[in-house]
Amino acid sequence: MAPLVEMIDVSIAFGGVQAVDKCSITLEAGEVVGLLGHNGAGKSTLIKMLSGAYKMDSGKIFIEGEKVVINSPRDSRDYNIETIYQTLALADNLDAASNLFLGRELTTRLGFVDDDRMEAETRKIMSRLNPNFKKLKDPVSALSGGQRQSVAIARAVYFNAKILIMDEPTAALGVHETEMVADLIKELKEQGLGIFLISHDTREMMELCDRVAVMKNGRMVGMERVEDVTEDDILSMIILGKNPKAVAA
Amino acid sequence: MSDQTAQAPEVQSSTSPKRNVLQALELDIRLLGMIGAFFVIAVGFHLYTGFSRAGFSLGMLTEGTFLTPRNLFNLSIQTASVAIMATGMVFIIVMRHIDLSVGALLCTCSAVMAMTQTSILPDMFNLPLGHPMIPWIAILAGLIVGLIIGSFQGWLIGYQLIPAFIVTLGGFLVWRNVGWFMTDGATIGPLDPTFQLFGGISGTLGESWSWLIGCLASVAAVFLMFSARRTRVSHGFPVKPVSAEIAISAIVVASILGFIAVMNSYEVPIRVIERDFADYGCATAENCSASYGLPISVIVLLVVAIVMTVIAQRTRLGRYIFATGGNPDATKLTGVNTRLLTVKIFAIMGVLCAIAAIVASARQTYHTNDIGTLDELRVIAAAVIGGTALAGGIGTIYGAIIGALIMQSLQSGMAMVGVDAPYQNIVVGAVLVLAVWVDIQYRKKTGAK
Repeated sequence: MAPLVEMIDVSIAFGGVQAVDKCSITLEAGEVVGLLGHNGAGKSTLIKMLSGAYKMDSGKIFIEGEKVVINSPRDSRDYNIETIYQTLALADNLDAASNLFLGRELTTRLGFVDDDRMEAETRKIMSRLNPNFKKLKDPVSALSGGQRQSVAIARAVYFNAKILIMDEPTAALGVHETEMVADLIKELKEQGLGIFLISHDTREMMELCDRVAVMKNGRMVGMERVEDVTEDDILSMIILGKNPKAVAA
Repeated sequence: MSDQTAQAPEVQSSTSPKRNVLQALELDIRLLGMIGAFFVIAVGFHLYTGFSRAGFSLGMLTEGTFLTPRNLFNLSIQTASVAIMATGMVFIIVMRHIDLSVGALLCTCSAVMAMTQTSILPDMFNLPLGHPMIPWIAILAGLIVGLIIGSFQGWLIGYQLIPAFIVTLGGFLVWRNVGWFMTDGATIGPLDPTFQLFGGISGTLGESWSWLIGCLASVAAVFLMFSARRTRVSHGFPVKPVSAEIAISAIVVASILGFIAVMNSYEVPIRVIERDFADYGCATAENCSASYGLPISVIVLLVVAIVMTVIAQRTRLGRYIFATGGNPDATKLTGVNTRLLTVKIFAIMGVLCAIAAIVASARQTYHTNDIGTLDELRVIAAAVIGGTALAGGIGTIYGAIIGALIMQSLQSGMAMVGVDAPYQNIVVGAVLVLAVWVDIQYRKKTGAK
């Protein structure tokens, strides 16, 4: 069976800088693939071409074996791809329900925004994701980092994403909240979602991911199953930009 | 700084019983503050004018001239034009833009409508002056011009990425003088009698129609409040106690009917009735009395306010406007076309400028070159006094309207007590800054953003 996502020889340049240079990566259903690398290695850029934030210069993207063209965040959503951005991508002045449904509001028969139904749906999904979540009527600026993150994650879960992109989902969180997110990732994986995870925390990645891909200066250094490599291997891939296994072989 | 943080809890505990009542009613404290400010201004001017007539006695209350039906009537028709535009300015400021061209755009729209009804239609299309279609074609022309100019400015801002400040600063100069060109600088008038009905004293509903509208509005308001409550109950959400709901309904109905009563108690002067007693439903001029009732311009304002509030709270368009103000990048990433959104809000602003132009030119019964001069500043001030944050994302339609009312009451109150024009502007300018300062302090205390 074809992989859930297959990106082949994808490239993008900004001005003279080749941010991503012919990178290929795959993702299976029920799999977590970690993307590692220094700041500016091109991880977020690579993933933003999948989420529709950037348009790639060249390359191909296949979803479940079918070639797709992704020109905008809306296209990406149509393929059931949801993205949780590093910066959370929440409108701080709106409440949780408005954020969860932003761009996909539930409406009444007359076409008006149905706040009550959205609030009810938000209550339902939040009771599952984060039972402590009570401030449904407050603007999300009044929420803690973990609560904000759960709004962002709820968005992905509610709309039945098949492919989830998480760009440093735990960067702004405390220990307890980080654990919560980790549990959630495991749960979503059980449900058969494919997840791209971007993080700087190598240990966390070893724990959560099935495979890791390492990037440096816009190139793919290597993609390995976590049980085949040590943390040191990954670190040397990140720092030296060489795959020790490939060198050994 | 440390003073404030030390005081904050104390302030809260001392007002906690009051706060509980407010919480039960779930009223907007900011709204109450603005209404309070309006009452302070109104009562202040009333007592001052009363004092200067009757000295320090009970006569201060009865002799005051501010809180009289006549003055409140005038206040409402003077506020209408700026208030109509202020509702659109809320959207623009919420989206982190600004529009400095509204006064000039009002002038162009007014010139278009004046020329259409006095010269273009009669001379080029041979419609005789006074033809029943003339005012409506003129209004349509004005609305279309407002829509086109607004959309064009929005396109320059949204798609060509020229800052709104620059585009509308240019528009400020351009549109005022396009208006001048169209009329050759001449004053155009008198405007069509039907057109003039939208302006103020010449267009009012009279007593019975005003009561009818007041009653319909009350019924609609109560119905909406209780149907909203029913939906919340059906979803199992917490609701206010029934007593609070009834109290709020009573306040709303009392305000609506109170306003109608005030407008209805402004009686048409005897001499005006003597002139056209048949118009007031009398067989003879003797013993004939009539009230002005609700001005049509105020009804226009109320319709605009309702439509704009529905857009802000109940449509995707409104949701995206506020989301973009809160976080433009996030909104773009959720697939919202924020560029087109920019065009839309400026197009709305353009149409509102045209509606305001109808009201403003109809009120003065002719078009002048200086119509709407300085309105851009009044409109921005009204929106900001009404709680719209220049940082974006926050603002309400009703706030902007009350802001416009506060500005206008200050201005006419000062004119009434004989404050010289330069001092009036000094006070209005200071009040604008003060209002924003109070708002910032309030947000700091309540921890809101």
